[in-house]
Amino acid sequence: MDQIKKLLGILWLLLGPVIIYFLVTGAIHNIDPGGKKDINNPVIWIIIITIFLPIAIGLMIFGWYALKGEYSRKISDQ
Amino acid sequence: MKQVSEAGVLRKVIGASSLGTMIEWYDFYIFGMLAKTISTEFFPEGNSTAALLSTLAIFAAGFIVRPFGALFFGRLGDLLGRKSTFLLTLILMGGSTFLIGLVPGYHTIGIAAPLIVLLLRLLQGLALGGEYGGAATYVAEHAPPGKRGYYTSWIQTTATLGLFLALGVIMLVKMNMSDQQFNTEWGGWRYPFWFSIVLVVVSVYIRLKMEESPLFARLKSEGKVAKNPLKESFRKKANFKMVLLALFGAVMGQGVIWYTGQFYAQSFLETKALLNFEQSRTIMLWAILFATPFFIVFGWLSDKVGRKWIMLAGMLLGVIFYRPIFNEFLKTTDIKSWIADGVPAAQEKAKIETKKYNDQLIVIQKNKLHINGITVTESRYDTLAPGVKESTLYPPLSALDGDAGITAALARARPVYSDVTLPASLYYKFIFLVWTMIIFVTMVYGPVAAFLVEMFPVHIRYTSMSLPYHIGNGVFGGLVPFIGVLLQTTFTEDPLVGLWYPIGIAALSFLIGMVYLSNKRSAALE
Repeated sequence: MDQIKKLLGILWLLLGPVIIYFLVTGAIHNIDPGGKKDINNPVIWIIIITIFLPIAIGLMIFGWYALKGEYSRKISDQ
Repeated sequence: MKQVSEAGVLRKVIGASSLGTMIEWYDFYIFGMLAKTISTEFFPEGNSTAALLSTLAIFAAGFIVRPFGALFFGRLGDLLGRKSTFLLTLILMGGSTFLIGLVPGYHTIGIAAPLIVLLLRLLQGLALGGEYGGAATYVAEHAPPGKRGYYTSWIQTTATLGLFLALGVIMLVKMNMSDQQFNTEWGGWRYPFWFSIVLVVVSVYIRLKMEESPLFARLKSEGKVAKNPLKESFRKKANFKMVLLALFGAVMGQGVIWYTGQFYAQSFLETKALLNFEQSRTIMLWAILFATPFFIVFGWLSDKVGRKWIMLAGMLLGVIFYRPIFNEFLKTTDIKSWIADGVPAAQEKAKIETKKYNDQLIVIQKNKLHINGITVTESRYDTLAPGVKESTLYPPLSALDGDAGITAALARARPVYSDVTLPASLYYKFIFLVWTMIIFVTMVYGPVAAFLVEMFPVHIRYTSMSLPYHIGNGVFGGLVPFIGVLLQTTFTEDPLVGLWYPIGIAALSFLIGMVYLSNKRSAALE
């Protein structure tokens, strides 16, 4: 199980940049000053990217810790 | 005798904490539920500054200010104590809510109105961010080992009961006056805001009589209170890794399940299933009422079998059943397809009325249809004499176009369906389906307070548990409608495509939780 925890760490580590990429491209595609929907509103995208950027970085740190074995049984039980 | 008094103290602790937290949720929800009226009163269309302030009031309060409130008040709670901090958040929340009800509209004081409302809404978000962690910690630190899940589950009922209370109060006010009386500048929509002050005064009075949490009081007397809770929570690896695990392995999934079952469901019933106001609200009310005891059941059960698998089972059930359940809502009310397929529909005598909109005269034909046991309003719109100035609007309709012309134009107009009324059997079926989704909510949400409390040591508990909770609920949960619209715009074919966001997040959280979480069962609190 500890080995799976470490290997999955790589996935979480990669998922962070993927989320950031999709958010930024989502914003570029959907921001439209003439649009009426929430997804056309630049302010909302700025708020969402601002709040999700640290969360995505947190996911990468989580992946890094997992890869380093910080969540393996012996360490997390300490 | 001692045992009796201890049980009495615990009951008071739970009662005082839960009442206050429920009021905070009530305060937070009524703004969202009355958003349409509030936007007309404070954020009128056509004013770009007001539109910007409206966006900030809706999005910043939930996404930025709530987590910030968790940090701000969490730190205070770990420095000064739980009791004084969650008393402060209650006063801040109640005061802001009451004051929103007193702000004159945009037409009276101009741009000052949306500015004041935005400020008060941000204070609400800040207070909510600080309240929950305090209440959950306070109750958990009073609870004996082996009963922490059960006792904190009472706090977990408050978010749903707050929603129930908000729905109930708004419905009660709305049903006792006309729409016009409700929506005017000083109309009925303000009553739920004013009502809040009564609730808050009662709750503050009760909370003032409570003692500090015994664990924090001991920590204080031993001089072991954290000097810098923020630094200790997020700069120490041993603790920070648990904050991350709590967020990604539990509350992230819990947030989307919670939001989908209670809010997305209601919005879906209104906007996609097109149910009328009363039925969509009462379906939610009944479902919430019957499901709420299960918060306690699953909190209690988590003391017996551990928290992990109950929470993860709730997420998994959401992942599996969301699409079939929402699809059932759509299928049961799929009027357009039935009409297109030629399903026979009985029609009541059509009503024709006219309305002025800007400088145009709109004629509306409303038919009441009975189809597959459902009653629905079919409206057809046509614009008469487009571009006609108001001064020329007064000749009778027949003089403008003639009755035959109007009838022909309306027959060609595309029908719009609304106000779906379900027969009793389908109404009960919908209650059952919503109830099922709220049961998933009770599974993930019932044990989560005890789970979070047990992850962190007493000196930084308030700070450490509040942040992941509010990111999970406020950010991941709060984004369900936004990402739903985003997906719907990108993939227009599938009417249920918006559900892939909560399903995906819940599945991710399930996987992380399954692999990394341990199945704690009422470990002793440090």
